[in-house]
Amino acid sequence: MVTAFFAYLALVSIVSGILTVALRNPVHCGLALLTLLLHVAGFFVLLNSEFLAMVQIIVYAGAILVLYLFVLMILNLKTEERVFHQRTAIIAFVTAGVAGVFLLMLMRSPFASVSGAVTPEVLDFVGHTKAVGITIFNDFLLQFEIIAVFLLGAVIGAIVLAKNPLARQPDSSDKP
Amino acid sequence: MIPLSYYVAVATILFIIGLVGVLVRRNFIIVFMSIEIMLNAANINLVAFASYYGSLDGQIAAIFIIAIAAGEAAIGLAIIIVVFRRKIATNVDQLNLLKW
Repeated sequence: MVTAFFAYLALVSIVSGILTVALRNPVHCGLALLTLLLHVAGFFVLLNSEFLAMVQIIVYAGAILVLYLFVLMILNLKTEERVFHQRTAIIAFVTAGVAGVFLLMLMRSPFASVSGAVTPEVLDFVGHTKAVGITIFNDFLLQFEIIAVFLLGAVIGAIVLAKNPLARQPDSSDKP
Repeated sequence: MIPLSYYVAVATILFIIGLVGVLVRRNFIIVFMSIEIMLNAANINLVAFASYYGSLDGQIAAIFIIAIAAGEAAIGLAIIIVVFRRKIATNVDQLNLLKW
C-alpha cells in the first residue's frame, strides 16, 4: 500500500515538475507547480511528518504560489515566441548526464540506518506537532528568532523595492 | 518500508529538473518557480533522512527552508516588478548589465 502511494507520488511529482519547466503559458506553469507542491506534501505524510505537510500546504501552496500567480496576472506576461534558451538541447543533455551519474552512485551507496530517539512509535505517542514544537523552541530557539528577523527584513525590503517612485512626483515638483 | 535511496533518487530528479529550468527558461517567473522546485527537492531529502535516522533536526531545517523560500519569493518578485515597470528587460537574458 505504501509502495503504491510512493509510486503515485513520485510519478506525479516528477511529471508535474517537468510540466512546470516545459509548459509555455506561465499560468499553466504555476498550476503545475501547485500540483508538485501538494504531492511533496504527500511525501512528507509518508515520512511521518504531518506537521511539515500542513506547513507545506499552507505556506507553499497557500501563500507563496498565490504570490506568484498575483505577480503573473499583474504583469500580464504573454506567451512568447521563443520560450527557451538557444542552447536548450546541450544544457538538457549535459544535466541529464550528470543526473545519471548521480543516480548511479545513489543506487550503489548503502545508507546504514542508525536509529535515533524519535522513532515513528514515539511520534505516534507524542504527536508530531508537539515534538516539532518542543524541538524548535528548545534546541533551535536562536535560529527561530533569526528567521523571524529575516522575514521582517524581507517584507520591508519587498515593500521598499516595489513602491511606485512616480507616486511622489507632484510633491517634489511643487518645491522649486 | 520504502528504501531511503528511493526518496533520495526522487529528490535528485526533481533537483535536476529545477536546475534545467533555471538554465533553460527565459521568463523571470518560471526561473523563480524552478528555484522553488530545487528547494522542494532539498526539503524531501532533509525530511527523508531525518525520518529514517530518527531525528527531528532535519525537519526543523526543512521548516526554516520553507521560511527562507517565502522571503526569497517576496524579494525576487518585488525585483521582477521593478524591472518590468521601468522596462529594463522582459527576459532573463536581457539583464546583462553585471555580466562581464
